[in-house]
Amino acid sequence: MNNVIVYCEITEEGHVADVSLELLSKGRKLANEINTQLEAIIIGNNLKGIEKEVFPFGVDNIYLADDKRLFPFSTLPHANIVIKLFQEQKPEIALFGATSVGRDLAPRVASALRCGLTADCTSLEIGSHEDSKSGQKFDKLLYQIRPAFGGNIIATIVNPETRPQMATVREGVMKKEMLSNDYKGKITTLDIKNYVTDADFVVQIIERQIEAQKINIKGAQIIVAGGYGVGSKENFNLLYDFADAIGAEVGATRAAVDAGFAPHERQVGQTGVTVRPKLYIACGISGAVQHRAGMDQSSKIISINTDPNAPINAIADYVINGNVLEVLPKMLKYYRQNSK
Amino acid sequence: MSFRIVVLAKQVPDTRNVGKDAMKADGTVNRAALPAIFNPEDLNALELALEMKDKMKGAEVIIVTMGPSRAAEVIREAMYRGADAGYLVADRKLAGSDTLATSYALSLAVKKLFPCDVVVAGRQAIDGDTAQVGPQTAEKLNIPQITYAEELLDISEDGVTIKRRLERGTEVVKSAFPVLVTVHSSAPECRPRNAKLTMKYKHAKTVSEFQNDDSDYIAMRNIRPYLCISEWTAANLNADDNLLGLSGSPTKVKEIENVVLTHKDASVLSSSDDDINLLMKELIASHVIG
Repeated sequence: MNNVIVYCEITEEGHVADVSLELLSKGRKLANEINTQLEAIIIGNNLKGIEKEVFPFGVDNIYLADDKRLFPFSTLPHANIVIKLFQEQKPEIALFGATSVGRDLAPRVASALRCGLTADCTSLEIGSHEDSKSGQKFDKLLYQIRPAFGGNIIATIVNPETRPQMATVREGVMKKEMLSNDYKGKITTLDIKNYVTDADFVVQIIERQIEAQKINIKGAQIIVAGGYGVGSKENFNLLYDFADAIGAEVGATRAAVDAGFAPHERQVGQTGVTVRPKLYIACGISGAVQHRAGMDQSSKIISINTDPNAPINAIADYVINGNVLEVLPKMLKYYRQNSK
Repeated sequence: MSFRIVVLAKQVPDTRNVGKDAMKADGTVNRAALPAIFNPEDLNALELALEMKDKMKGAEVIIVTMGPSRAAEVIREAMYRGADAGYLVADRKLAGSDTLATSYALSLAVKKLFPCDVVVAGRQAIDGDTAQVGPQTAEKLNIPQITYAEELLDISEDGVTIKRRLERGTEVVKSAFPVLVTVHSSAPECRPRNAKLTMKYKHAKTVSEFQNDDSDYIAMRNIRPYLCISEWTAANLNADDNLLGLSGSPTKVKEIENVVLTHKDASVLSSSDDDINLLMKELIASHVIG
């Protein structure tokens, strides 16, 4: 009762996804703040030994649903297990990864339970709330914080009356922090036939083509990122050239991805990947808050922009007032000259 | 045999082109400065629905939108591209709805159009990016969902086969009807306006839009009933008012904070060779690069 529960996603390789481990790390802290336990729900096939991956993150109890029909993910069976389990266990807080699985599953669960859900939170905190109309006070609510309305505002959302308080969070937003290698919780195995029926398998999966992750900008130490200001797909080649030379990856803003300058896998920001490289070189990026939410934890930021008042310059360590097409070739030239 | 496809679409402020005047001096959002557009992924959804219509004999596409009266623009735009009819769900009681209250109202509208075979919607709207309304509407209708559709592979009386876009690949799924499909931006772009349809529907209006019109227009409408865009209020949907708008929304906005940037002390450089040379030397010396 009243616990913090994290839906743990299973990867193609049969492991618990990074985003779920990040949420368990955050969930452990939230559980401590509201004096409750941290639980995980793991649904999949052939899950023997999976508990070893999550107990070190401070999990007190795992609900395990193991059945050959439960992998790959399909909405109705997973949703019905989660919905019924939440009805029985009445968790206080429920967290999901903002992945193609979590963003498919969590809204369905929230709708069935008629509870509030906030997508793509960039921060989760515990705090109090007073309803401005009724004056009613609520203690220890989950603050679900996210940018809204084109990123011009940051909204703090609360669900005062419905439980669980549900949120999705993108991969890389929370830090993955192991609690202790020796931490041991218990395992509660669910009897599948109490949760799903044959009718739940009405959507058949016919074929899957899942590629190994090719582009990994999340793990890159240096990122050279381009915005709409880069101007074209061809101009992005300057970014690739420079990135190749210095051992960096290329990132892009949503505007650049939408314009077709770069593929979606390279998108940095609230609806892309969150990164924390040691150096982030922002080329022709104005700096909408959704983009900054995905990169403002970078150790050092260089902004190259023709607009000296671009919002991103405010968080930059170095501001180069100039045209990307002129500056990048020079950076490449002087990198080569000086790096011998 | 008739086959009914309902498209859910939304008129949104164009948040992709937020200019410097998007915020007023008092820190509130200046909605007037943002043009209202057809939500981009809802256009992909309309195209998928029209492809279904092309392949299914006797199929019809009905567009439903929820919003203020000017959202009728979205319905006309869909008609110019091939939708057969449209419904506007408009009521002050709907103001302030979160995704749960929105999906409740939309599900009631779809129920009024039952029996329908497929409900199609964009994956998400650019003013919220939540991607929640599609799955929540499916749950309220108690039908399965196929999210992130990229391509319609097959449709027949037995069901629909769709390729879905996932983070690291694709998945092909098949479902019987009825089913709700949300459409990803990687799906085919919507076909352009059809000139004949544009002529046919350019005078289509909702009741609130035509009430001030002259007798000539009313006479024309009487001859051409397809020019009437139906409008539904919460009462028409037999909605429980407690489940609409702010009171039907479990999520509450506690606080809105304007984005204020705290300035770091940045080194400001020009694009001159000397400046760039010094910068690269410094980055190499401090082992940030290399």
